[in-house]
Amino acid sequence: MKAYVSVFKLRMANGMQYRIAALAGVATQLFFGLIFIMILVAFYRHGGAEMPITLPQLAAYIWLQQACLSLIMLWFRDNELFQLITTGNIAYELCRPTNTYGFWFAKLLAMRLSSAIMRCIPVLFIAFLLPEPYRMSLPPSPVHLILFVVALILGLIILVAISMLIYISTFITMSPTGSLLVFALSGEFLAGLTVPIPLFPGWLQNIIYALPFHWTADFPFRVYSGHISAHDAWLSFPQQLAWIVILVGLGMIAMRAALKRVVVQGG
Amino acid sequence: MKLFGEYCLILFKSQLQYRASFLLLSAGQFLIPLTSLAGLYFLFERFGSIEGWNFYEVALIFAVIHMTFALSECLSRGFDMFSTLIVNGEFDRLLVRPRSTVLQVLGSKFEFTRIGRLLQSAIVLGWAISGLSVDWTAWKVVVLALMIASGTFIFTGIFMIMAALSFWTIQGLEVANVFTDGGREMSQYPISIYQKWITRFFTFVIPFGCVNYLPLMYILGRAEDGSGGVGFLYSLAPLAGFVFIVPCLLVWRVGVRHYRSTGS
Repeated sequence: MKAYVSVFKLRMANGMQYRIAALAGVATQLFFGLIFIMILVAFYRHGGAEMPITLPQLAAYIWLQQACLSLIMLWFRDNELFQLITTGNIAYELCRPTNTYGFWFAKLLAMRLSSAIMRCIPVLFIAFLLPEPYRMSLPPSPVHLILFVVALILGLIILVAISMLIYISTFITMSPTGSLLVFALSGEFLAGLTVPIPLFPGWLQNIIYALPFHWTADFPFRVYSGHISAHDAWLSFPQQLAWIVILVGLGMIAMRAALKRVVVQGG
Repeated sequence: MKLFGEYCLILFKSQLQYRASFLLLSAGQFLIPLTSLAGLYFLFERFGSIEGWNFYEVALIFAVIHMTFALSECLSRGFDMFSTLIVNGEFDRLLVRPRSTVLQVLGSKFEFTRIGRLLQSAIVLGWAISGLSVDWTAWKVVVLALMIASGTFIFTGIFMIMAALSFWTIQGLEVANVFTDGGREMSQYPISIYQKWITRFFTFVIPFGCVNYLPLMYILGRAEDGSGGVGFLYSLAPLAGFVFIVPCLLVWRVGVRHYRSTGS
């Protein structure tokens, strides 16, 4: 009996560790969200001319960004896969009776979801309670909420497909830093994580809309706030699906090519 | 001080052993603040100004803060990574040596790849200065240098407090990011644009405002209206950053006294 109690205690302590880490994450996200909104509020106060997106819509945009961070960040730290590749443990992975692409894909997806669930609810809860103009607003209609969830899920699949490409490229470069860092950074910039995309100048927006990155974060958030109408959202889903087909297809081909000539490192 | 220099030199040499990786990482560091800078630029293109500050004025602050952050990350990486020293019990080794623990922890790690970030901020600083019409006096240059030095002290102080906390928690705390990364993001803009309670907290408790908003008012000559003494007073504000390190050192002292080895 004593053993069970101590195991239970250990597991509890272990869980608490993660909870404190999650709590710290929540505090960080709240702070960042507040700061970003304050900056935007300050910009808007003397903005003068008509702006392409309203302040409450922006607040929702920022809070969703902070709450869903682990769903939209291109650079989600998972050194495990990198180590698999660079240390040669990839050999074990190849012995598994599953498709490696599918296996990794599922793993990355699950990791992001579990991290998001722990963090998004408290962040959103507090964001709803804040005073104006920082308060998170409700979507204009339940339809928008449903469309938002669909868009976010499709976006998440696009995101994981992009990050898979990053992992696969490690087969060739053998070093996850450097060029990949640049790739991840520019991807986040193009997804609207630095500055909300509607605030960019027109020429840059046109470039961004031609790339897959904005479908992962910018598009679902704007559907939520009603900045993109329900009608337009419906019309956009086929584009998201097309990107999924393209990116996953590319990833599978690249994976097969990389595995064909894989050199297992070390012993 | 001589010892500190030698620590620097040895670690610099050891990092240069992996030249390609060093260069790549430095290049990466060069690019990281680039997206924030681009964001800043596009926001100003859209809005023109923020609370009466124009792009070059904010860019000056942006450059100063990123410089100080790069410097402190380079120099006080030892404190940033300190919880690993505690976890694997290596701190015991530092305690038996006849030198101060602060010096040894500082010397345990330097991150010279931050040179990339430093370089980038220096370029932005040059750009901002060339875009501003400020009549520079010798004292203003000194104030600018003080801002950078003092900001480095502030970040180092925060790293130090967080390191000291791991005497109690053993593990590093992620919440530290609010004050380091969060402080960096926040003080890219003149601190006066925020809500009063944030401005107050980050002026009087953690004196970011003293390396950003107050001395900037002096450099831009905005503090001159009213009594003449105010401007000079503002130019002395960066000194608060040096004062800030004192309580941090105290917390560190208490922490060291509290220290119990993890034994492994």
